[in-house]
Amino acid sequence: MTKGLATHWRLMPQRYNLIGTHCKNCKSKFFPQRKICPKCRRTGSIEEFKFSGKGEIYSYTTVCAPPQGFEYQAPYVLAIVKMKEGPFITAQIVDCKPEEIEIGKKVETVFRKVIADGSSGIIRYGYKFKLRD
Amino acid sequence: MAVGIVGYGTYLPKYRIKAEEIARVWGKDPEAMKKGLGIYEKTVPNLDEDAATIAVEAARSALRHSGIKPADIGAIYVGSESHPYAVKPTATIVGAAIEATPELTAADLEFACKAGTAAIQCCMGLVEAGRIKYGLAIGSDTSQGMPGDVLEYTASAGGAAFIIGERNLIAQIKDTYSFTTDTPDFWRREGQEFPRHGARFTGEPAYFKHVINCSNKIMERNELKPKDFQYAVFHQPNGRFPVKAAKLLGFDQEQIKLGLLTPWIGNTYSGSTPLGLARILDEAKGGDLILATSYGSGAGSDSFIIEVTKENERRRNPTPLQCFIDRKEYVDYAIYAKLKGKIKGVVLEK
Ligand SMILES: [Zn+2]
Repeated sequence: MTKGLATHWRLMPQRYNLIGTHCKNCKSKFFPQRKICPKCRRTGSIEEFKFSGKGEIYSYTTVCAPPQGFEYQAPYVLAIVKMKEGPFITAQIVDCKPEEIEIGKKVETVFRKVIADGSSGIIRYGYKFKLRD
Repeated sequence: MAVGIVGYGTYLPKYRIKAEEIARVWGKDPEAMKKGLGIYEKTVPNLDEDAATIAVEAARSALRHSGIKPADIGAIYVGSESHPYAVKPTATIVGAAIEATPELTAADLEFACKAGTAAIQCCMGLVEAGRIKYGLAIGSDTSQGMPGDVLEYTASAGGAAFIIGERNLIAQIKDTYSFTTDTPDFWRREGQEFPRHGARFTGEPAYFKHVINCSNKIMERNELKPKDFQYAVFHQPNGRFPVKAAKLLGFDQEQIKLGLLTPWIGNTYSGSTPLGLARILDEAKGGDLILATSYGSGAGSDSFIIEVTKENERRRNPTPLQCFIDRKEYVDYAIYAKLKGKIKGVVLEK
């Protein structure tokens, strides 16, 4: 079996739709999902929460020596995005040149191919971000 | 009850290549190519875009416009000739990405450039039969043209999605009619990267025969004449065929101008007629009548008579197609070749 197939399948809601969790008790929001609220512990009440996909660039780097599978995209921007709802998320910023990126610029999520397992493997789709027009 | 469009969404990749840049590489006269094909530039998908990602973006936009709950979608049909998998449906990827799964039926369609309108017909049938509340019909493609071939100037990427239902219609679909024959004008065999075509044979016995017959028959049986329509959109394999088809049918340039997109975005294949229709809906007013006729090689046409409702003026699409048409950045032929995986030795993992 292809390595990581089951993991990808399990993570699809997170990768496709930014489904995290939140604590109904203290309103803390988590991405990736947490099963226990670190603040409320046993008194916390966790349920799924869908993030809006809107946020801003908190920090970023330009990848010039990419890992396997991303060779032909270089140079590309990898950013820490501060989501509107609070949590931080690391993601690729697409359809832009590195010089167009600035800390604080508004971004929104897009649905893209993240990596394919060669030409015959499964294609893993998921979230990336683009600058808001 | 009336069946029609509850909401729609579109998507175009950001990158463009100009016809003269392609002509430069192959030693053709750029002005002659532009004039001959009626095309200035076409869209180019990024490395991480395919027919599935385009379909998802269009579907999400259609959901925002319609305001319906994804769980109320009972069917998803995705028409494309560039489905990312030979086996594994694009429609299931879309279903998961818009949170419409698991209570629905889904399937991929293929009929050259008309699979998107075939998807609309499938949804109409299920809605009218009372089997589903809403159907999602998508036409989406990242088409390929052989390097140096005339198709390379036009084969582009883009898509549109329509939510078909019975309530809250922004446009009613009054009738649909199809005209289908076995015509070998354009084809791609299994496992082949590029399609082949019958050059001049793609005109009279193929495109024009089907588009003209289909459009005439649907007007005839509804007792309508070209002058009764505010707008018309015909499949746009290039910038010239739809203009000629309009003339032959008796439509004037004013009626087809708004939906004629190929000169600036190229032929988006399964997205072509749906995108032209979406561009018209972005501006159409209550009471406007639209004739839409697609064409798919192989060959067939689907015609629709669509009457816009007042709801379309109250609930305008928040992301009109013009946003995507205006959002663009040009690439040269070398970058285009890389993005489309045309460089030998470069395995793009697609
Ligand atoms: Zn808590």
